[in-house]
Amino acid sequence: MLEIAGHKFASRLLVGTGKYRDNDEMMRAIDASGASVVTVAVRRVNLDRADEAGILHQLTADRYFLLANTAGCYSADEAIRYARLAREAGFNDFVKLEVIGDKETLLPDVAGLLEATSVLAADGFKVMAYTNDDLVTALRLEAAGAVAVMPLASPIGSGLGLLNPYFIRTIKTRLRVPVIVDAGVGTASDACLVMEQGVDGILMNTALAEAQDPVGMAKAMRFAVEAGRAAYLAGRMPRREVAVPSSPDRGMLD
Amino acid sequence: MTLALTINGEPRTITDAGTVEELLSQLHLDPRAVVVEVNRKIIRRAAIAVTPVADGDAVEIVHFVGGG
Repeated sequence: MLEIAGHKFASRLLVGTGKYRDNDEMMRAIDASGASVVTVAVRRVNLDRADEAGILHQLTADRYFLLANTAGCYSADEAIRYARLAREAGFNDFVKLEVIGDKETLLPDVAGLLEATSVLAADGFKVMAYTNDDLVTALRLEAAGAVAVMPLASPIGSGLGLLNPYFIRTIKTRLRVPVIVDAGVGTASDACLVMEQGVDGILMNTALAEAQDPVGMAKAMRFAVEAGRAAYLAGRMPRREVAVPSSPDRGMLD
Repeated sequence: MTLALTINGEPRTITDAGTVEELLSQLHLDPRAVVVEVNRKIIRRAAIAVTPVADGDAVEIVHFVGGG
């Protein structure tokens, strides 16, 4: 059970809704993932296609916890504006805060992120802050009022997996608020390795949407997150530089 | 009465829309499915029916789309 700011969620896997080939495949993938938290973005309505379906025709708020993001925002002011628009939609006061600092890597603008977190937290938002894998930034986001800190495994949409297990583990060890790894996992082993670091959950999108079979990958990710969590709780054996036989060395024939 | 508005960044001429609710209706948009800003101020759901739109206003109409 994942708990963020007093809200309980059945699954430690959170999923995005972008880049799917079609809505039907997206819905089947979300169901296969077991996720209850799904992220959505805020964009202008296309007025020339007024019958264009927004995502809410697919995702009903009674079945899924809609987590609005501020993806695409490059300043604190812009992200704050998007967060307030999202809140007015009336589903909840959570926001997945992104303040991007670089178009090529989509790495966060840490100064803007901290500023927006402070402003939004003071305004009653429950801020889940997407950030890099830097411990000091994570600590400052927590101090600024973030209810969860979301360090990346690797850049958004890269599928490069967990680049720095040590930093993720350190962030988890030092923070009191939940740590949800956001972005970068590519396949099930990545997700399992992330969860083995002891973090509270993972948010992913592209790993599902761009899989050859998104529904199949969603199922794999569900198992991987559960397996990684179970392995973390079970506690792994120590690493050794020498072999130790598993069978008895006594009782061998002469 | 004709209003020259900027809606989602584009100039548009609207007739017979005195309020945000009437504007949405003319644009065939469901007020429950969108959020509206007029001149950078978010219009609360409860105020849509009573908030006027005036000549020259900049209106933003947003909704949720797929994203990560």
